[in-house]
Amino acid sequence: MTEVLRRYGPVLTGVILLAVALWLALLVVLPQLMMIGFSFRPSLPPSKLGGPEDVFTVKNYLTLWTNQIHLAIFLKTIWASALVTATTLAVCYPVAFYLAQVAPKRRLPLLILMLVVPFWINELLRTFSWYIILAFNGPLNALLLGLGIIDEPQRFLGGDGGVIVGMVYVYILFMVFPLYNAIESLDRNQIEAARDLGAGWLRIHRRIVLPHAKPGIAVGCIMTFMLAAGSYAVPALLGGPNSRWFTEIIYNWFFEGGNWNQGAAYAFILLVLCIGFILGAMRLFRVGLADIAK
Amino acid sequence: MTAARLRRLLTGAYLVLFFGYLFLPLGIMAAATFNSSRFPTVTPWMGFTLGWFQALWEDQRMWAALGTSLLVGAGVIALAVPLGLAAALLLDRLHSRARTFLYALMVSPLLTPGVIVGISTLVFWREWFGVSGGLFLTVVAQSSFIAAYAMLLFSARLERFDPALEEAALDLGATHGQVFRRITLPYLMPAILSAALLAFLQSFENYNTTLFVRGLDTTLTVFIATKVRTGLTPAVNALSLVLIALTILGAVVYEILRRREARRQAGSAVALKTA
Repeated sequence: MTEVLRRYGPVLTGVILLAVALWLALLVVLPQLMMIGFSFRPSLPPSKLGGPEDVFTVKNYLTLWTNQIHLAIFLKTIWASALVTATTLAVCYPVAFYLAQVAPKRRLPLLILMLVVPFWINELLRTFSWYIILAFNGPLNALLLGLGIIDEPQRFLGGDGGVIVGMVYVYILFMVFPLYNAIESLDRNQIEAARDLGAGWLRIHRRIVLPHAKPGIAVGCIMTFMLAAGSYAVPALLGGPNSRWFTEIIYNWFFEGGNWNQGAAYAFILLVLCIGFILGAMRLFRVGLADIAK
Repeated sequence: MTAARLRRLLTGAYLVLFFGYLFLPLGIMAAATFNSSRFPTVTPWMGFTLGWFQALWEDQRMWAALGTSLLVGAGVIALAVPLGLAAALLLDRLHSRARTFLYALMVSPLLTPGVIVGISTLVFWREWFGVSGGLFLTVVAQSSFIAAYAMLLFSARLERFDPALEEAALDLGATHGQVFRRITLPYLMPAILSAALLAFLQSFENYNTTLFVRGLDTTLTVFIATKVRTGLTPAVNALSLVLIALTILGAVVYEILRRREARRQAGSAVALKTA
């Protein structure tokens, strides 16, 4: 702290500390604590706030257990997000490996640019592009009909399948970059050495590339899972009443059910799920927080 | 055919498939803009038209939503960039566990789902200050995590900063304010520009957080999502196409800034060594 004061002087130090305190307190920590506290209170009309009924309660959390529909949606959100994460990992690994270890150096800038450009395009627009593809009279149905694979157009929109397909597309780039960064730092000689010693490609990947890529895999999985579990745009656009996502239930508590306390409890459950996934992945792959936020 | 050639062939095929997968949906979306079908599709093709751009141009609510998005973006730049700068300046001078703890706290909003950032902001500001959803809360909620992006950008640049410059100026009798204005700030200027651009793009494309704190205001992303669900026409495609074009332009400008900066960095390192 004395180091800060010595460097910036009293006035500037004061401004810096004030700004950081404002950010962390008013925009980050207090809102989270408030939301958590709020979730342990019953939903009451303003006249009863602070009255005898305004007590600590876990009722809002029990709702998830007693409401079979919400519980099913919550569990689906977990497995579907895990499925999205696993799929993106499987699809991206070969691409990341190729870019990081195999691709000729002069071709690399163009290939990377071709990954960066879609990455910058709005999530909502990328989702929308799949809305068009999956539409009842859209190109996918036309293609499958033309090939004779199906006899009549299928409803791809409004179901879990469409939502999962859309999520894989929208979040795939959050997997490919961490993987690429991790594999890129692997010394190519290690692969050569293993090959010279007679290892097959499967063994090279299992024993050398994959262990080295662990931090990248962890980061990619964390980002993808969190984005998928917390996604609102994709299920809202590609899903329907029968394929609701947990975030949509939360939204409804706030803006249709008018029960903010209940919504806050569900939001906290979602947050705990994501934190649990992050901690689990960090432990499993042995990486620190500084590796994740880059 | 040798095994190596087969592997090369398979790799090539996989890459073509992968990049096709990335770009084909966007291509189809773009193509549907020019189809005169009332519903955006490419099958069947009903004839070429530019009419959907005109329909978009005449949509007053689109312009209103664009105005809102620009306003929010400007607000986020004004709030998140200084916050991120202050945070990076502080972290740069801290060591030990305080730094680790603060860093974790600062990046935590990046690892929090966007809907939760929105919800916690909404609840907090209503309960403590009686402020309900609207432009102000949208700026606040977005800034809470965009400031973290700005902090990461500033930190990366400060890592390469030579503190001897500041020391020298202080020794020569400059005040702390002068050192900051004349040395630290000019050094950080490129990072300030990229942080502002990044903050604006992040704000402009935000949907999940905005949805909860927007109140009755409609940003462009909210406008698009509403349009898709109620009253979808290829005018939405036209808007998407324009936005994608602008995004690519922004990304290219950002890349150029970054690369020029990297070159200058390398150049000055060489100059220092030869001097």
